[in-house]
Amino acid sequence: MIYLFRLIARNTLRHPLRTLLTVLGIVVAITAFGLLRTTVDAWYAGAEASSASRLIVRNKNSLTFPLPLHYGAKIRSIEGVGSVSAAQWFAGIYIDKKNFFPQFAVDPRTYFALYPEFVIPPEQMKAFLLDRRGAIAGRKIVEKFGWKVGDQIPLIGTIYPGTWSFVLRGVYTGANSKTDETQFFLHWDNLNETLKKIAPDSANQVGIFLVGLKNAREAPLVAQRIDAQFRNSRAETLTETEKAFQLSFVAMTEAILLVIQAVSFLVIAIIMAVMANTMAMTARERRREYATLKALGFPIRFIAALIIGESLFITCAAGALGAWLIYPAAAFVGRKYGTIFPIFNVSDNTVVMALLATLLVGLVAAAGPALQASTVKVSEGFRAVG
Amino acid sequence: MTPVVEIEHLSKSYQRGGQVVPVLQDITLTLQIGDFVALMGPSGSGKSTLLNLIAGIDAPDSGLLRVAGVDITLFSESELAQWRAEHVGFIFQFYNLMPVLTAFENVELPLTLTHLSRRQRREHARLALDLVSLSDRADHYPSQLSGGQQQRVAIARALVTDPTIIVADEPTGDLDRVSAREVLDLLESLNDSLHKTIIMVTHDQAAAECAHIVRHLEKGVLTDKIEYPRERARA
Repeated sequence: MIYLFRLIARNTLRHPLRTLLTVLGIVVAITAFGLLRTTVDAWYAGAEASSASRLIVRNKNSLTFPLPLHYGAKIRSIEGVGSVSAAQWFAGIYIDKKNFFPQFAVDPRTYFALYPEFVIPPEQMKAFLLDRRGAIAGRKIVEKFGWKVGDQIPLIGTIYPGTWSFVLRGVYTGANSKTDETQFFLHWDNLNETLKKIAPDSANQVGIFLVGLKNAREAPLVAQRIDAQFRNSRAETLTETEKAFQLSFVAMTEAILLVIQAVSFLVIAIIMAVMANTMAMTARERRREYATLKALGFPIRFIAALIIGESLFITCAAGALGAWLIYPAAAFVGRKYGTIFPIFNVSDNTVVMALLATLLVGLVAAAGPALQASTVKVSEGFRAVG
Repeated sequence: MTPVVEIEHLSKSYQRGGQVVPVLQDITLTLQIGDFVALMGPSGSGKSTLLNLIAGIDAPDSGLLRVAGVDITLFSESELAQWRAEHVGFIFQFYNLMPVLTAFENVELPLTLTHLSRRQRREHARLALDLVSLSDRADHYPSQLSGGQQQRVAIARALVTDPTIIVADEPTGDLDRVSAREVLDLLESLNDSLHKTIIMVTHDQAAAECAHIVRHLEKGVLTDKIEYPRERARA
């Protein structure tokens, strides 16, 4: 057994450049695989982070159509509803379009009670509640743009015309790693008061209602009750769980996700082919040595173990390095594109998949050469030019 | 006299491009313990095939082949491998040492298939290297040795398990005259002092003259047999 490991280790380092290039290829492939899988996970992060005890009520026709403000009071009176809040998509541009981050006009008293995962220091919350031009921003965008509490944040409205100026009154942090820390909240009252002056038809309307349930298990029943309440009204509603609401956004980009997933597996397939070629070349060069070992009496399984062992030695070492590199690579992407991918965390699942893929590459790449070397006759092996 | 190799009516053919090419036909041959036999003949006469059959790395189509009283044609592939490890020492034209192992490790390699302890293995390997006068090169890799030295390491590897027979396929074919002489002297001494049975395929008349039996093959058939008295061969 010691000789087997010795032979595997020394054979691995026999062509240092070839081994190095192969390792490099696998490291890049596994890191790329991990990043692509993390990108897919990031897509679903909103749905993953959603609460089972919250419902989203929106206009049945489209999310772009608002709901009347007075629906809120009616929803609040429906059986099973614990609390109700409202939010409106603001869509302002901060200096440049590339500085995108999600902005919502909310009723702060009810909204943050529904979202305990947004952790705001009490004095900052108090300051926000007292200032109708105030705003609360997530830690990531505050760090990205170098804001400080008290700073003026100008946003150019795209839905609501004009330049809107807000004062940063607080910074929220996520209660856990799944919480999106890139959002920006402003007072819905402030928006509504302005709309009353500049666009009265758009006033007293909200984009969505957020419903806190008394019992999460009653979600389907309460959703039916809410939609029944507004059936045949001017604006019929579509009520769904927060997860379903988030997944509806993911569904819009499903084709992209499929492509990303396909590419992630393609990367593994390519590196499998590269590794298989390396192992085939290696085994071909050593046919005479395998024949000698066989002649000396070494069993077929020893020859197979030599080839499979070398393949696994290279792939596992490279795979472990590649899997480890997923973390800094994902951290870099998360920093660079934090507003596009608010949650860009490497999951345990991704790392396990990367390591399993590595193992698979090692085994598949060695299978052919091992089979060939094991079955070739000793006399044929000696005729090989190597 | 005790026969170590008994061959009766042995035949072997190969398939080449859909055609059956006979390589050995009706070979009958008996070798005694301690014999040093040279198999000679032109290329394609079947001498290497005969050597491979005796060494158990190829199987005959028909006939009897007994080595040390055992019919090796009845063995499975894995049984043959085990039998080779215990009974056959190999010397190849191109030495066939493992390039990633030192001379010492190469000699020790066949012993890893035995039940010897690590200490016993090392002791045996050291003795074998002593026999071929290469103790001082134990830590050298094959690439750091000359052709003659590599072949001496291969000889040490062949005899370290104390095999029943040693088969040598053109052992001097890749060596210069001086190195070839050294290797032949070594084989002679193994035969003389340790009474090792050696079966050698060679084209080299000088090498054949070291043996005390020379058998010629022509188109797969054993033809003449020349026997030299041991004293003459050594002279």
